[in-house]
Formats: sequence, structure tokens, C-alpha cells
Amino acid sequence: MLRVFIADDEAPARERLKELLADIAAELPTEVVGEAANGLDAVAQLPASRAQVVLLDIEMPGMRGLEVARHLAGLELAPAVVFVTAHDRHAVEAFELNALDYLLKPVRAERLAAALNRASAGGPPAREQLARAAAQAREYLSVTERNRIHLVPVRDVVYLRAELKYVTLRTRAGEHLIEESLVALEREFAERFVRVHRNCLVARAAVRGFERAAEGGDEPHWNVVLEGVPERLPVSRRQWAEVRLLAKEG
Amino acid sequence: MGHTWIAARRAMPMSIKQNFTDDALPDFRNLGVVARILIGVNALAFAAVLAAVPGWGAALERFLLVAARLEPALAVTLVVLYALSPALARLPYWQGGTAVVTLTLAVSGTLHVASAPAGDAVAGLARTLALAAIAALLLLAYLRLLTRAYSPALAEARLQALQSRIRPHFLFNSLNAVLSLIRRDPRRAERALEDLADLFRVLMQDNRSFVALGDEISLLERYASLEQLRLGERLKVVWELAAAPRDAMLPPMILQPLLENAIYHGVEPGAGEGRVVVRIERRGARVFARIENPYLEEHAHRAGNRMALANIRERLQLFFDVEARIDTRVAGERYVVEIAMPYRPAKA
Repeated sequence: MLRVFIADDEAPARERLKELLADIAAELPTEVVGEAANGLDAVAQLPASRAQVVLLDIEMPGMRGLEVARHLAGLELAPAVVFVTAHDRHAVEAFELNALDYLLKPVRAERLAAALNRASAGGPPAREQLARAAAQAREYLSVTERNRIHLVPVRDVVYLRAELKYVTLRTRAGEHLIEESLVALEREFAERFVRVHRNCLVARAAVRGFERAAEGGDEPHWNVVLEGVPERLPVSRRQWAEVRLLAKEG
Repeated sequence: MGHTWIAARRAMPMSIKQNFTDDALPDFRNLGVVARILIGVNALAFAAVLAAVPGWGAALERFLLVAARLEPALAVTLVVLYALSPALARLPYWQGGTAVVTLTLAVSGTLHVASAPAGDAVAGLARTLALAAIAALLLLAYLRLLTRAYSPALAEARLQALQSRIRPHFLFNSLNAVLSLIRRDPRRAERALEDLADLFRVLMQDNRSFVALGDEISLLERYASLEQLRLGERLKVVWELAAAPRDAMLPPMILQPLLENAIYHGVEPGAGEGRVVVRIERRGARVFARIENPYLEEHAHRAGNRMALANIRERLQLFFDVEARIDTRVAGERYVVEIAMPYRPAKA
């Protein structure tokens, strides 16, 4: 039995998928292990369902399907993903380009069977594949703890600092480690964050000011003062020219 | 915008198309025409004064003197044209034009004589008449040129291009919803397909003719019931139609895209219940249609709203010229679109 999770904001669409799954049961036995009516619920409920495949509508309130898939990809037992859309030319092009499985609504039984077979054989999509297909920056970053996905709204992030293999994500409330590259984060969130140092991005909106620092044997340099967190972060000489403009804007 | 007063004049149930067959006199009851005449005549007078009198200050002073005599004549002429507009419209173009010039001459001549000092009635009369004739002819020529510039072919092409399209997103999702009903609730599925057929019949029709508001309203209701099927409890449409003049004529598919927008931008992206209010009413000689939906700030980027609005704005303009307007605003947590247009009842 293939364990299937269905995420779609329209109840009739979920019903239809269940009918079709029942229709193809002889050929491909499946079990619906969970359903969600919006993206956030899908992220919250899918891990515990231990679904092997998720049928994911791409236009959902709360969080769009593509972002849902990106958070799910961090799971230890990440499900295979089949995107479902009524009509989104842009998304379909991106799926094609990045070899992601998708179905068009209304879905046909034989296409559904083929997509489920292919997806469950191919395994979960790679994070990079999903990132390339995404047209928009994510609204959340996710921290995966065993079989739970913890979402941190990007707008709450004060700074991101690279440390060896991980990136530390700092909010006013605390910090988390995420397994992403600082360069990719900088590219995705260029509007929101600015690089102050080789290893650090800070939220533009959180910058309160700068102060001179030259303790110990350090060369004199500037530190950035951030809203909501006590620590001061050094600004590298390379980045100073760009970063100082923020002080003027503020 | 040019040809619209013609559409407005011969009015409603006809297609705009039929109004292009020949030259036609402007509709002197149309606000756009009246405004153009007022501005045109005054601009001519000012130009004449500026040419005759050196210096801005002196010219302005002189213009005010001229205006004191010009405006009454202009006002009376417009009132007479307003009153006679239907009769003039029935005349062939050249006869109608001659009638307009004759009327203008009669009014300005009469006023000239009446306002002249006693015993001096004839002084300058010929000059007044010549100026009135020139102004009348120039404006008729200008309005005719404007009509021609928006030639039938061009206007048709514009309307064709503006043919409203329903979002494919809606079509496919609705078909999908109907499919889900066929086994569980065949009767509801039948009704939904009938609604869908009605909607598409209107969509595929020639959209160059006016339609009755009553028909537009039933179309809105069919559309809303399809969306309801898909969105269930998330969509709540409140109809405030008690004061809606169902006999009012309006361009087709002006309201449906607004309701579609309200649902697409205001209800679908939200997780909770979204309330959409449709209010249509007549106040005096105007019809107001207002559609409001929740304003979801974080989804304001969802594309397509502005294009649909621009399309509707242009179609309103093609049908009503300056007499209709469409406004949008964000009021607290609500997004409001309002159309105001002239009330033109269907002929019985």
C-alpha cells in the first residue's frame, strides 16, 4: 500500500482525488494517510502521517505548494511529491524544466497512476530542484527536528551567520541551526537581507546603527547594532561602503 | 472615447456597431460633448483675444469682457441643442449640421440685439454672427473628426481585444469540482454544468451590445454559485440588490470580472471565511455598483487585478465616455471597487 497525503484547499478537489485513488486501487493500492486544506497544515501534519507520496496543490492559502515541498524536503523520510495545478503556466514550465512530477486538473485516473508510480520510484525531489523551480522567495525558513518541521517566519529573522557546516538563524526569541548555504540565502532574500561580513547577513529592517569598535588586538572597525538582540556584529571593510548607506536611509 | 456619445445617443439595446454606419451629429445631451464644446469655444475666444491684444494682462482683461457676452450665448445655445438633440439626431448629417449652425446664429443674434444699447442694435451684429458661425463650424468639424478617428474598424478592434476572458484557473477548477459531484450528487452536478454553460454563452457572445442589469445580476449569481461549489464555507457572498434598477442598460461583463477579482484576490488566498458584498443601487440618474472583499495585504502581489480593472475602465469609457467612472480603494481591512454610470433604462 502506497501511503498518500492530499493537500488541496478545495474540498471537492480532495474528494475527486480520493475517488480516483479508489478507481485505480486494483492497479495501484493506496491508502490516504492524511489531508490538509492549506499549506501550513500540510507542513504540520504530513511528517506524522509518514506519507510516501504527497499530492500537493500549488495554489493554497497559508503557504503555496512549492514552498510546502521545500520544507518537506528537509525531512529524514521526505515524501515524493506530485504537484497538482488547474492552470499555472509559469509553474508548469518550472516543473518541466526541473523534472518535477505534476498533474493538471481535472486529473485523469491513468495519469494519476502513472505519476504516483513514477514519483514513488524516483523518491523525494532534491532541495535544489525545488529551489530552482520556485518563482518567489520563501516566507518561512524551516528547522527539522527528527520528524517535526519547525517554521520560522523570514520576517522574524534578525540575522543569519554561517558557522562551519551550518547557518545560525537568529530571531529575537532565540536561535536555530539550518542546513543551507549563506550564498543561496543571500540570493533568495536579497530584498530583505544585506551582507555585512563574509559570514553574515543581517535584516535591513533591523539595523539600528553602527558603532566604532577596536577592542583587544583587533583592527579598528564598525559594528552593526541590531534591533531586538544584544550582540554587535562586525562589518567587514569590504562591505562597509554598501552597508553604511543603510544608516543614512534609517 | 470619440464615438461614445453616438452610442449613448441612439442608445441602449443596439450595438455600438450600428452607430458607425454614417456621419452623425454629436449627442448634445452627453456630458463629454458638452464639456468639449464649452472648452472649445472658450479656447477659440481666448486665442482670438490673444492674437488681437498684446500682453497677457491686457488680453486677460479683454477676455473677461468678451466672456461676459460669450457665455450667455453659449449657455443658451447648449440648452437649445440639449432640448432639440433627439430631433436633430433624426436629420441627415448635413441638414442637422446646418440646423445646428442656424440655431447658433439665431441665439447669438437675438442675444446681441437684446443686450445692445438702445438705438445701436445693429452695430457689430454682422461680426457677432460671423464669429458664432465660425465657432459652430469649427466645433462641428472637430467633433466629426473625433468620431472618424475612432472609426468603426478601430473601435471594433478595441472592443474585440477587450473581450473579457474568464481565468482558465476558474474554468478548470470548476470542471474539477463538477467531476467530484457527478457520483455523489448528480443533480447538483447538472445544475453546475448548466450554470457553467450560461456563463460561457455570455462570455463567447459579441460583447458590443448593451445588456440589462437584471441579466447581469443573474449571471453574477450563477458565477457565484459555481465559486461556492468550489470554495464552500470559505466564500460568503452578501447581495444588496433591493435598490438595483434591473432595467438599466450597461455594457456586458462589467460586473462579473469584478466579482471574480474579489474572490480570486480576497477570498481564495485566505484560510478563513471571506465575505464579499455586492451592492447595486440607483441614485437619481446614476447607477452605482460596489463590490467589496477582504483586503489580504500579504497577497496584494497576486497579479492580474490591475489588468482586469484597466480593461473594464476602457470598456466603460468606450460605452459611456466621461459619464462613467470606476474607483478602487482600501478601506481598513476591506478592498472596495465602485462603478458609477448613467442610468439608462431599457426602452419599453
